[in-house]
Order: sequence, then structure tokens, then C-alpha cells
Amino acid sequence: MTIQFGNPDRPNSYIGKTVPRPNAAKLVQGRGQYVDDITLPRMVHVAFVRSPFAHAQITGIDAAEALATKGVLRVFTGADLAEVCTPWVAVLAHLKGLKSPPEHPIAIDRAVWVGEPVAAVVATSRAAAEEGAALVEVDYDPLPAVTDTMTALDADTPVIHPDLGDNLAFRRLHEEGDVDAAKAAAHKVVTARFRTARHTGVTLEPRSILVDWNPAEGQMTAYHATQAPHMMQSVLAKHLDIPESRVRVICGDVGGSYGIKVHVYPDEVATAAIAKVMGRPVKFIADRLESFTTDIHARDHEIEASIAVDADGKILAIDVNDWTGIGPYSVYPRTSAIEGNQVVNLCGGPYDFANYRARTSVVFQNKTPTCQYRAVGHPIAVAITEGLVDMAAAELGMDPVEIRRRNMYADDAYPVTSPAKMKFEGLSHHASMDKLMAMMDYDALRADQAEARKAGKLRGLGIASFIELTNPSPFMYGIGGARISAQDGCTVRMDPDGSVVALSGVTEQGQGTEAMLSQVVAEGVGVPPSQVRVITGDTQVTPYGGGTWASRGAGIGGEAALQAAKALRDSILQVAAAMLQAAPDTLDIRDGQVVDAATGAERMPLAELGRIVYFRGDTLPKDLPRELVQTRHFITMDYPFAFTNGVQASYLEVDPETGVVTLLKHWCVEDCGRVINPQLVDEQIRGGIVQGLGGALYEEIHYDADGQLLNGSMADYLVPMAAEMPDMQIAHVETPTGESELGAKGAGEAGTAGAPAAVMNAINDALRPLGAQVTEMPFTPERILRAMGKIEG
Amino acid sequence: MTEMFRDKIDVEITVNGEPVEARVPAGQHLIDFLRQTVGLTGAHASCEHGVCGACTVEVDGASVRGCLMLAAQADGAEVWTVEGLTERGRIADLQAAFIAHNALQCGFCTPGMLVACDELLRRGGTPSRAEIREHLSGNYCRCTGYEAIVDAVETVAKARAGKGAA
Repeated sequence: MTIQFGNPDRPNSYIGKTVPRPNAAKLVQGRGQYVDDITLPRMVHVAFVRSPFAHAQITGIDAAEALATKGVLRVFTGADLAEVCTPWVAVLAHLKGLKSPPEHPIAIDRAVWVGEPVAAVVATSRAAAEEGAALVEVDYDPLPAVTDTMTALDADTPVIHPDLGDNLAFRRLHEEGDVDAAKAAAHKVVTARFRTARHTGVTLEPRSILVDWNPAEGQMTAYHATQAPHMMQSVLAKHLDIPESRVRVICGDVGGSYGIKVHVYPDEVATAAIAKVMGRPVKFIADRLESFTTDIHARDHEIEASIAVDADGKILAIDVNDWTGIGPYSVYPRTSAIEGNQVVNLCGGPYDFANYRARTSVVFQNKTPTCQYRAVGHPIAVAITEGLVDMAAAELGMDPVEIRRRNMYADDAYPVTSPAKMKFEGLSHHASMDKLMAMMDYDALRADQAEARKAGKLRGLGIASFIELTNPSPFMYGIGGARISAQDGCTVRMDPDGSVVALSGVTEQGQGTEAMLSQVVAEGVGVPPSQVRVITGDTQVTPYGGGTWASRGAGIGGEAALQAAKALRDSILQVAAAMLQAAPDTLDIRDGQVVDAATGAERMPLAELGRIVYFRGDTLPKDLPRELVQTRHFITMDYPFAFTNGVQASYLEVDPETGVVTLLKHWCVEDCGRVINPQLVDEQIRGGIVQGLGGALYEEIHYDADGQLLNGSMADYLVPMAAEMPDMQIAHVETPTGESELGAKGAGEAGTAGAPAAVMNAINDALRPLGAQVTEMPFTPERILRAMGKIEG
Repeated sequence: MTEMFRDKIDVEITVNGEPVEARVPAGQHLIDFLRQTVGLTGAHASCEHGVCGACTVEVDGASVRGCLMLAAQADGAEVWTVEGLTERGRIADLQAAFIAHNALQCGFCTPGMLVACDELLRRGGTPSRAEIREHLSGNYCRCTGYEAIVDAVETVAKARAGKGAA
């Protein structure tokens, strides 16, 4: 059976429709179960002593007073845990030259960032563990801290890891065509410097893990707020010397991830190691200061870039020199070189041009490690590209929409390979731009802007086209040697009452994975979504898979679910055909009933078929296959990544006196291939946009020159709140991928990818009459006033 | 921990309409008391200093940060959490609107967000979208982008106003 997606009236047409999320009701009733909601018998709590120095030798640890504290049971040092846990090295073979030193769950001898675990205190209550942690005496000899990215490789800068030779973690130069010749011959060359601030995810649920080691069973069970349970199973097994089959990772409700919870954190591995030593459940819940100092950071980039155009606005060359500081370690197992690598891969993404040069330099520093966070590298690459395109348009006196239309790949040009050597199967830049123009009424907004200017108001309109990398194949991590599955699986079974259970390797962090799976399975089998129960996040139960990251849940997990569901449908019909003495292809399953395919006449409810198969199997032919359960796995094969595309627009007003930006409205048209659930996709886009708006206007981790983190609370690190956020209008163009029947690509990161560039361009559109320009995010009132020359320095 | 915080204090609190008597550490926050002692895990601890609103509960009719109030301070008070509001059906229309608008994703902020929304809605009338946004400006949601939450509250406010007028 092939699904007729073009016919919205087809039977069981759940794919493409908004259906309710099966897990929403429990969450609005406060009946979710996050890790911190779980209490196990004999459970103890761990709190960590953390380095107050960015770089220091640890010369002594005295735990006597901590151990004398009521409720404190044990104190562990790095040396203690090194006896039961091997260190890890976060490199990938395909990122040539990437280096990183071995990292232990707790620092041994030397701490290399503020917040690195130095000791662990285990107690019968969280309060006692924290009290004990405050009483552990650690002697430090402070060492010079490396904090500035741009001078990290200078000869007089200390080398953080002497064994590595220098502070360069990774460098990649990609060259296509002849950039220098193109620039020399160009009509205009525009150069700019960009900065993106250090961000962190600020998941509302802090990082959380509860690990139980049962020596009698030789089994470890980790209740973990994670995006990748099978990856964590593999990591815990390898470094704690347990067979992989004896590690069970259970991922229940997760209070937000955004990439933060897909990494291996030293304190979480330490918690597992301590559980193994103590033989009882150990819980670790990060507090908010720990979240700011130890959740991965991201996007700390400084870039110099230029664009060369001819007199007609055609892009001749793009030249990018990107620098980023990643902290003292590359983060395991995905590595911290991916973000810079993505900047190289994605700059210039929407445009058909010939000459491209991009270099990324990834350096070590004594700050919190950085790693992949929602829309990895995209907001940086889109800001560089779209910023340059707007600046070129301004130089040429060309409308910013027109210059994009002159350069975007034609919608019928695909497949194409970009100057960055990215393969695009099918994108829709022009159709998306056309839809955006109509939706926002571009001309009316320009008229409003002109009126506002007459009244002395600085209003600006910014456009940002973008591409988004989704559905990664093993070319992302697997080829580099990481045990991170690009494949995902789904098992679908029918129970005696005719209901269907789907077990999937992709996970739910709130994006609606389980709703998506329920409607795909419902359509594939032929039952209402309410008759499908979805189970995710348990390595002992679900098929092996990669989990949820890189916007792969629907594209990979959804296709596995569809194929498993269709296979189950065939199994059911084979049994039904025998019972009804009909050919299987004359039957169909609709709304939970076996029906006559031609007429739709009901032949038998699935519950009756279930009753016969499970309780009166004696009445069926002896050799009839009766397995009402099917498993399918899916992996992409034709393209390394499924690229999506879209375009965003921001309309805003800059207060000329205060420099405060007021967001008036935001628009996004995006193409994630087949839209499975319009409401969920729109809400992914909206949430992603707001995360991007945070980066554009508010979010910035501050350090001083000694590597002290200065804003480690939510009162000091500003995140978008309801009052400042605009309403957002979302629309779609659908270019399904041919790699799968479902045709879905990812949608989780498009909003975050494009929003900062749209805002930057809108601010600069507002400021252009004043000759002012900002390129350093976030665009705080101070930076805007400085650009306007209203404050000095 | 100073000696003062080692003191234990007897409290009698009405939680979700049921009397709770307990001997609590003087330094224990209301949110920890509700989650750990009473077993009401609906409201969540997150920023732990009154900024994010995930721990918002209702105390004597007002929405309160459970991480800024001590359990001992709630002695004699009437406390409602999302569990109790659900059981009494007090916010059933708001919860239905949250589901209909997909005004929640990960759900971690939702119990606190609902209490804050309920406080606004109980004032009656139909607040503007800007007023709704302003009222929710102490409740952090990283997932939704807020628009769906504003939509849900606006829908309920209009529906309740319509009923009141009829």
C-alpha cells in the first residue's frame, strides 16, 4: 500500500493533520514524571565541590569536616573515581587534526574551568550533601587562565594542555574556486566583523540523573534527562566496565533539551560511577548556578567575512574567517569542533555562487566547554551570510529582497552541490520568498516604515534566508568512530483489544515526538491515533536508535514507524484474509476495522481479530503466520543530510534615545518536507524563533579576564520572556525528501537558525539612515547606542 | 547551615483542601516541602531564586514563588497546587485550552504557568494580549515562544466573559 498523500480525503488520513498530543493532558495536570520526581528506596544524593578557579593545580583535598556532617556518607575525589571509571577523549576521525586531552568525571590534580567537579559529596539528603560540599577543603595553586579566543594561539599565551603542544583544538580551511581573483575583479567587496555571544540552553528542568546499580543483577539503571538514551547506554557501559546489555537508560519526561542534554557530562558519569561503588541509587540534579557553569555553552564566535558582488548584485565570492573558543575540553562524544565545522559548511547556503573560502579555528580556553546547541552553527552562518548580503545590497542601492532573488538557487535547479560541497536534494527558496512577501505584505510594511521615519521613528525590516541541516546520516558522527546511531527503529504491535503499541528509539522532550509517532502509526496501520500508545526512552524496551537531535525525530524515527506500521497492517490483513476467506489485497483496515477495500464495508473489528489470534489460535490454519508485531529500521542512504530551507522576516522599532529594540512582528516560511502535524511544526518554529531572538537581543554569558563567569543566574543571564516577544506568523512550502515514503525533513531548528540574522538586518535597516550598523550580538541597548554614537567607547 | 536553620517548626497547612501537619526544617522552602514531604511533584524547582516561575503555587489566593517562601511561613495558610486545582476542576477550561493550542511542549513550566494564568483570569474581564504577556512576564518558557500560551489565555478569558454576560 502506498499512501496517497495528495488526497486529503483518503482513509486514515492522519499524516498532515493536527491531532492532539497524547502526553499533553498529564503535563497540564502536573502528572509528568521528570527525573527529580522519582524517589527510590535507599536513594542518596550527590552534590559536587566545584573549582572556583578557571585554572588551578589541586594540591590537597581535606574531607574530614564534610564527613563529620550529619547525613554525609562518602566523599569521592577524582583519584577515587579514576579507579572505577576510565577517561574519555572527544575526537572524531573524520575531523582531521581535532585533538583533546583525556577527561575524567572528577578533576585529578588540575581544574581547568570554573565549575569543573573537584570532589563529590554523597549524603542522605540533598541539603546535607550541599552542606558537606561546602565544608570540603580544597587547596589550589592558581595558574594563568586563557580566556581570549583571538590570542589563544599567540606565542606568549600559556598552553592549557602542554601534552597537546598548543591551544589549537581544530582548524579547517575549505576553498572552492578562486576567491582572491573574484574579489579583485568584483564591482564591490564588502567586509564586516561579526560576533556571536556565548549562550547556554537554560533548560527549565536542570540536568538530572538518577542511577541505580544492582550488584545482584549486575545491572545499572539510569533514569536520565537525555536526548540519546542508547548513546548514554554505550558510554556508561564503556567507561564503567559494564556489558552494554547490562546498562538500561530510562528517559521519561524531560523538561527541555535543545541540544544541552545530548552530551556526556562529567558530573553525570560521576553519579553513575558512585552508584556502582555504593551499590545504591544516587541522584544528581544540577542547581541553577551549576547549570550556568557546567551545561555546555555555544556560539562564542568572532568572524571576519567579506562578500564580492558584481554590478547586478550577483555574488561572486564569499570569504569567511571564523574563530571560536570551546573551553578546555572537546565535549564527548560529539566533539566541540562540529559548530565551527558547520559554519564552514553552511555559509552562503541559499546562494548559487562559485568562489568560496571559509576557515574555522577552534581553540582551547579556560571557560565552560562548548558543544552542540539548537541549530548548531546555523545562527552564526546565517548571520554572516545574510548580514553580508544586506550590506552588499545597501552598497548597490538594491532592495534586500531583490538581491536575494538574483542569487538564490532556482527552485528547479536541484539536485545541486554547493560551494561548501553540501548536497541539496530539493529546496524552495524562491517559492518560500514569494510566500513570505505575500504573507507579510512587504510593500505595505515599507510604506509604514517610511511613514514612521517621517515621524522620527526608527523602524526596520530584516530578511534572512537560510538552510537547515537535518536527518543526519552516519557521515555526521558514525564515520568518525562515535557510537551514535544515525539509524532508528520502531516496533509496532497489535494487542488483543485491537489497540496498537509503538516502541520507538527516538525520544520526547516536548516537541511532540509521541504525537507525531501516534499519527504516523495510526495511518500506517489504519486505526485512530487515540488507539495507539507510544513508548519511547527505554533502552531495554525500544529498538536501538539515535534518539532526538539534529531535527531527526520525524524524518528518521517517523519513517521507521511508518514502515513498521505498514508491515503490521500487512500481517493483520494476512490473518484477516484467512479468517474471512478473502484475498489480502481485497481488504483494508480503516478506523480500527477490517473492511472491504473496494466498498469500505465493515468485515471485522480488530478486537475480534485480536481475540481469535491471541485466545483461539487453534481455529486458524496451522501454518498461518500470526505475529502481530513488526519492527523496521530506517537510515538515509542517498544524501549525507536532508537540507531544509526557509526565510524569516522581522519588523521592529529602535528607540533612538534608549537603544531599546521593540519587536513588532516576526514571520517565517519554511520547508521541512512533508508536514506531519501542522500545529506541532508551527510551534517548533515559534519556539525556535524565540530562542533565536534571545540570542539576538539578550543572551550573553560574561566572563572576566581571569575566567570567572559573571552572570550565573537567571536574573543576570537574560532569556526571552512573554512581555517582549512578538506574535509570529508561520507558513510552509512542502518539498518532501525522496529518501523516505514519509518525505519528512526536520523542523526543530529552522526558527533558531534564521531569527538572529533577521533581527540584525532589521536593526541595521532601521539605523542605516543614521549611518550606523551593529554586528555584535546580542544587540543590547548599549551596543546600539554606541553604534549610533550616542555613547562613547 | 547555621544552627538557626537546624530548628524544626511545627506547621499546619491546608494543601489542596486537605489538612497537612508536619515538623519542617526552618530553612526548608515551600516548594521542597510540597514536592518532598507532601509528594506533590507538579510544581517544579528550577531557577531557585524567584525568576523563572516554575515553582508557582497559590497561597491564600495569590500566586507565590514556592522557592522564595519557607514552608514555615505557610503555617496556617491555604495552599493550592496544580494537582488540587485539577481535582477541583477549577482550571479545567484553561487546561483544555493549553492542550488545544499546544501551549506547552516539555511541560516543566506548565504547572506554574497555569497558576499564574489562573490568577489573571480570576480577576475577570478580557485582558489584552499585551496585558496577558505582561502578567506572564515572570514565568519562563523556553519551548513555546509564548504565543500559544497567550492564545490559550485569551480564548479562556473571552469564553468566561461570554458566559458571564449570558
